[in-house]
Amino acid sequence: MAVTTPDGTAVHTPFSRGLRSSFDMKWVIIGLCIVVVAWLALIPLGFLIWQSFASTSTAQVPAVFTLENYATAFGTADSVGLMFNSLKFAFGTAAFALVLGTFFAWVNERTNTPFKSLFFAMSIVPLIIPGILFTVSWIMLASPQIGIFNQVLRDWFGLTTPLFNIYSLTGMIWVDGLHYAPIAFLLVTAAFRSMDPSLEESALMSGASVVQVAFKITLKLAWPAILAAFLILFVRGIESFEVPALLGLPVGLRVYTSAIYDAVHSYPSDIGLASAYAMALLLITSLGIYYQSRLSSQGSRYSTVTGKGFRPRVSDIGRWRYATAGVFILYCVFVVILPFLVLLWASLQKYYAAPSWAALQNLSFAAYGKVLAYPGFYGVVWNSAKLAIGGATVVMLLTSVICWITIKTKIPGRWVLDMLASLPLVFPGIVLGLSLMIFYLNFDIGIYGTLWIMLMAYVIKFLPYGMRYNSTSMIQIHKELEESAAMSGASWFTIFRRIVLPLLKPGLMAGWIYIIVVSVRELSSSILLYSPGNEVISIMIWEFWQNGQYIELSAFGVMMITALFCFLMVVQTLSKRFGVKEV
Amino acid sequence: MLSVENLSTTYQAPGAKPVLAASNINFSVPTGRLFTLLGPSGCGKTTTLRSIAGLERPSKGVIKAHDTVVYSSAGNIFVAPNHRQFGMVFQSYAIWPHMTVFQNAAFPLQVQKKRLSAKDIRDKVMKVLAAVSLDHVEEREATRLSGGQQQRLALARALVMEPRLLLLDEPLSNLDAKLRDKMRFELKKMQRELGLTTIYVTHDQSEALALSHEIAVMNEGKIVQIGSPRDIYERPANTFVADFIGTTNFVEGTVRGGADNRLVVDTRIGQLNVNAQPGISVGANVSLSIRPEDVHLSDTAPTPSSNSLFVGTVRAKVFLGECQDFKIDVNDTQLLARAHPSVRTLVGEQIHIAIDPEKCTLLAA
Repeated sequence: MAVTTPDGTAVHTPFSRGLRSSFDMKWVIIGLCIVVVAWLALIPLGFLIWQSFASTSTAQVPAVFTLENYATAFGTADSVGLMFNSLKFAFGTAAFALVLGTFFAWVNERTNTPFKSLFFAMSIVPLIIPGILFTVSWIMLASPQIGIFNQVLRDWFGLTTPLFNIYSLTGMIWVDGLHYAPIAFLLVTAAFRSMDPSLEESALMSGASVVQVAFKITLKLAWPAILAAFLILFVRGIESFEVPALLGLPVGLRVYTSAIYDAVHSYPSDIGLASAYAMALLLITSLGIYYQSRLSSQGSRYSTVTGKGFRPRVSDIGRWRYATAGVFILYCVFVVILPFLVLLWASLQKYYAAPSWAALQNLSFAAYGKVLAYPGFYGVVWNSAKLAIGGATVVMLLTSVICWITIKTKIPGRWVLDMLASLPLVFPGIVLGLSLMIFYLNFDIGIYGTLWIMLMAYVIKFLPYGMRYNSTSMIQIHKELEESAAMSGASWFTIFRRIVLPLLKPGLMAGWIYIIVVSVRELSSSILLYSPGNEVISIMIWEFWQNGQYIELSAFGVMMITALFCFLMVVQTLSKRFGVKEV
Repeated sequence: MLSVENLSTTYQAPGAKPVLAASNINFSVPTGRLFTLLGPSGCGKTTTLRSIAGLERPSKGVIKAHDTVVYSSAGNIFVAPNHRQFGMVFQSYAIWPHMTVFQNAAFPLQVQKKRLSAKDIRDKVMKVLAAVSLDHVEEREATRLSGGQQQRLALARALVMEPRLLLLDEPLSNLDAKLRDKMRFELKKMQRELGLTTIYVTHDQSEALALSHEIAVMNEGKIVQIGSPRDIYERPANTFVADFIGTTNFVEGTVRGGADNRLVVDTRIGQLNVNAQPGISVGANVSLSIRPEDVHLSDTAPTPSSNSLFVGTVRAKVFLGECQDFKIDVNDTQLLARAHPSVRTLVGEQIHIAIDPEKCTLLAA
């Protein structure tokens, strides 16, 4: 700390040793950020652990310490099945997405396949088609009863038993794997790009074929990155809520996330059991994230894979390029065209019906009218907008200060802050929702059942994203840019506001937009935290589905996808025109 | 004026032992003078400058600027850099890429304690921009300036705040050779005209020699010699300074005897009668520093003079236009010589060497 004497000389006590600014807003803001992050990241987690050891309290009986929740969660035949289901589902999803993503990455980076410009456009698909809509559309395509595929097979080929059953483990893996493939594609592409092309070219010169090079050199060198991508996808898979809830629960196929939802929503709700499941889930995600970060940090063993961006020569794969393009087009059909068309079709009906000549006569926009006139529709949209913009703003500003501390200062213990802000990576949405719910039910500070608790959930959930976007930009800010401002006489706060934040703008804006988009589709935390009157868009879709209002759901979905698509297009055009300057 | 007393700064690299980057630095700079900290990379010159700026916190010592103590370990005083009112030009120039030329230069005036009206700011900024000939590009984005223009903008930004001290951290090192020569003259002219007390950090000895009133040569965190450019060049205090400042020949030898402030030194190339140095007496092993331009060559035997004369064999020569560099073997010792292009002796032939003993610096070996 320091005091400033009248002549402007700051006198320091040894406490400020090694730091270079006098006492000002700096310490208030830094201290506030540390407290807020610690509060956000630690309190729910701690309370969750405590709750998992507590029995269910009722009006008569207070909660006592018990291991019963764990006994139920792990000790029964049922629970073993639950764990295997969860692992099988996550493993299958990750493997399927990784195979698809790696294949597309290789095709895009290393071959002369046509339509390559579409590949990156495809990678934003999971952003604009939220998981719940994607899952619903696949139910409409491949459910045994109403699925279009099965009906077409029955009508055209006379099949009596439905061939496709989306309500199965295979169906769940298929839907989630398709949806996560673009993530795998982006991760593996990054790995392929950081590879020195001469390694592959020298294999080619040694006489290896294109396929041999791919398997013996490219994939082998990218192996750590591919494994890390697998772990990320595995964690995503085990955290996934929409697919298990919509496809698994109806046929009694439960995984941890859906079991938590089930335990909370059964009557009476069993919070202790849900917490024990949540602990199991946390354990798995923590292990996954831990090994993934270890893998990423020890990449130096493969020192040939540098950080530089390379663009190696593409190989001519001859007529095979039509086959690879075909696979890609087929993927586009499955992941964008069919899901969107089936939603569009359903939205234009008066009553849900499979596509047919007769149904074609009944096309109408009635469903859109119904949705727009739905009670509370505008309130729901407004809630989502408030949460998305508010959450994104809070996250980006908070993490900008945290990143400044962790990257620009030498304050001892700053790694703790970094770790705290990245901790929510291991919280599956439903676990986060659960822990916030029970914490603020027990410590009533008036936010339970309001939008504030959802805002808090969003802020916690997206903190790690904010960290990632801000730290990439923060590292690029040369320290002399700040030092020259200090030499010009600016205080810490002025430097942060006038130099650091404007220079962070590229990362700040990109992260802000990304968080807005993912907030609008957030379901797994919101589902445990919303209350009547505080619904958000994804909850409204969920309710439409539960009520069997398929056509309203489809109309709403089509509007939502269109709106998100337009939002991203506008943002892209704007950021190109008023381009964020290179730093 | 600036005075630095017993300054030590430790540098703590993450996960490593603390390193004493600058230790026991003492110097003072009279008002209006340009003082240079010169040394190889890692010698502590930048750490010393950053300690003066307040960007590093020293561990010991006193720093006074114009009788205001800005740092004192004993008095527990540390004035934050933004309260010191020192102008600084960074090696990277640190031009803020999100601002225009004008905004960059106006920043120090906008953030200072004394509030100025927009018009006053404009007047001051335009005046300083005109001084560095950037007034015609005031609205340009700062990133679209050339390297030389960015350097001048960084200087303008440091000057606009009317600093009590100007700190320059290798300001010319990112410019190409031609521009560097031009900027060197402009910088010198501006410093002399404004009479600003200036601390200049560089690793380039010719830059230091050209610009400075006084130079401190640093090595391994310590000042090894302080003196005027001519002092440093002609009378280096030790082999490090002699070697670092310019190119030189070191000729090993032993002091045989002496009289009248002169010492006779037996070397591998022959005997030389040179000026005595305090602390060096008969019997000492020494090294003589002889600059290549002080090794005079001629195709034929020169007329006898006070110079010591030797004969050597040309091993190699490089024609550089305005001069020629020779490598000559004299009794198994190689000498570098810089000669006039008119010398015609071919490689492998004998050449005559004359060395003025006055130009030989006697150094402890």
